[in-house]
Amino acid sequence: MSADAERFVRMYRQMVAIRFFEERVNDLYTRALMPGLAHLYIGEEAIAVGICEALRTDDYITSTHRGHGHCLAKGASPHLMFAELLGKEAGYCKGKGGSMHIADPATGNLGANAIVGGGAGIATGAAFAAKFLEQGRVAVCFFGEGALGQGVLYESMNLAQLWTLPVIYACENNLYNEYTHCSETTAGDMLARPRAFGIDSEAVDGQDVRAVNTAAVRLVERARRGEGPGFLLLDTYRYRGHHVGDIAREYYRSKQEEQEWVTGRDPIALHRAWLESKGLMGRDAFERIDVEVAAEMDAAVEFAMKAPYPDPSRVDEDVYA
Amino acid sequence: MPDMSFGDAIRMALAEEMRRDPRVVLLGEDVAEAGTTFKVLKGLVDEFGCTRVIDTPISEPGFTGLAVGAAMAGMRPVVDIMFGDFLALIMDQVVNQAAKIHYMSGGKWKVPMVVRATMGASRRSAAQHSQSLHAWPSHIPGLKVAMPSTPYDAKGLLKAAIRDDNPVIIFEDKISYTKVKGPVPEDDYVVPLGVADIKRQGRDITLVATSSMVQVALGAAAMLEEIGIDAEIVDPRTTWPLDEKTLIESARKTSRAMVIDEGYFRYGVTGEIASVIAEGAFYDLDGPVRRLGARHVPIPFSPVLEDVTVPTERDVFDLARTMCNK
Repeated sequence: MSADAERFVRMYRQMVAIRFFEERVNDLYTRALMPGLAHLYIGEEAIAVGICEALRTDDYITSTHRGHGHCLAKGASPHLMFAELLGKEAGYCKGKGGSMHIADPATGNLGANAIVGGGAGIATGAAFAAKFLEQGRVAVCFFGEGALGQGVLYESMNLAQLWTLPVIYACENNLYNEYTHCSETTAGDMLARPRAFGIDSEAVDGQDVRAVNTAAVRLVERARRGEGPGFLLLDTYRYRGHHVGDIAREYYRSKQEEQEWVTGRDPIALHRAWLESKGLMGRDAFERIDVEVAAEMDAAVEFAMKAPYPDPSRVDEDVYA
Repeated sequence: MPDMSFGDAIRMALAEEMRRDPRVVLLGEDVAEAGTTFKVLKGLVDEFGCTRVIDTPISEPGFTGLAVGAAMAGMRPVVDIMFGDFLALIMDQVVNQAAKIHYMSGGKWKVPMVVRATMGASRRSAAQHSQSLHAWPSHIPGLKVAMPSTPYDAKGLLKAAIRDDNPVIIFEDKISYTKVKGPVPEDDYVVPLGVADIKRQGRDITLVATSSMVQVALGAAAMLEEIGIDAEIVDPRTTWPLDEKTLIESARKTSRAMVIDEGYFRYGVTGEIASVIAEGAFYDLDGPVRRLGARHVPIPFSPVLEDVTVPTERDVFDLARTMCNK
């Protein structure tokens, strides 16, 4: 299999992994086994996978409250993620962060952030450090279209372009700022915003993992060459609610709209059909991936369920370095 | 040892740390050629260049947020916030990001950054350029807050802050930049964060004073001496970590304590320190711990109004005299 073909298969598998992970998160929530809430990435998998496929392990990302997909795509272990989601000592953050704060220096994950737009300054600053220290690293700032309402995003983009920083702003437009359609919150043209700063910007079908990857590779290579920041506007859709508890959604969007995306624009189904049409994978291979990934995720859940909670005496640790 | 101004001591600290560690960079509005509006950083760009002394847009949340990420990724950024009032603009970056990242990540990421902000009234600059907001960050777990009152402390605390692996906010009194002078050793010393300093030994009353109020307390102590009251002045130097032991020991020794701080009186630093002393020294006190702070008003412009908003030597003298029944 060629390197390209391997990459296409790897991206398929990674999307399946994110979906299976999230389905288990939902299951843990509905069975009241998971404390708090979680924001599922189902439907948006092609973005995290297509972009992270273009990155090195030591490149940086910042993630969001809807961050499980970014973390997994960047290389996080499902075992340690589930342990964190359940508040266990073995989790990525020793149970102190939870679903919205998975962070992992080993994979360049600067952390998921529960402030909308909260990663903008951090990603831009990591890019500043990468440039200053001449490390050749780039940083990707994932955020939803809701963050287009936050001033610090524009301040960060201004600095990034002024100082030619190696940062890619990845705007996942899933159409809804929580429970409000983006047309009710966003004046003007989304892509005109980064373009006003002179940032190399591109709109991409966020359900097409290969298109996402192609656009990401171009902007990442450009940034790595020292040519400055990029911006991707990625059209996508959040299949589930704002969070796992957001079940009755008809008051803000129709079931018909949801169904159109699920049946017509599912990133995994689209990529699968393409892989089949190219003869890169057949039914057996898809089934094998499903079985393997399901087993891996089930093992991760089991590990997390059995893992011990942190001792309450550790509550005061890690406040200061 | 030569006397040096407070502002010059800060510049000396920054220059020494920038020579020692190439990862230290300065970010802020007009920090390079202008050397800030207070000229405190003047000349640093000549030695370190504009890649390390970096003029930013007027964009406090942007460049503070950038400093958070840069610190996580291996730098030692020092951010200049021209007026402490602009702390309101950077609170999300400081409070929700910098302060919490170490804890939220289970200790995996560190944010070794410094925010230098000014404080202090009496420059006729009105309500948005005169506040002393150090109580705000002192309230937040994950932050450290330093408030130097002398050139010696300014150099030593700033050097300690830059070397600290946590976000540290250091408040510099604007009036002190040129007005306060004192001995500053040329050598490489630090003042550890969390260690109070007794600025004047005394027997009769403890005056706990921060930053600008240390000079006020020293002036009041000279007046009190003339009427036979021997005041001890304790400067906590950092509001967090707070050297509770030294504060309590001094109050137990003198049996009277007053806390003087330029921040707003309500829900502020004086309330916290007074409660620490009350809890730790209650049975040795002759009376309640008393407090002086900024009046609960926006700092006014007119000199006759502004001059009654922050504690003066006379205010300290009068209250101490009452407390000592003299």
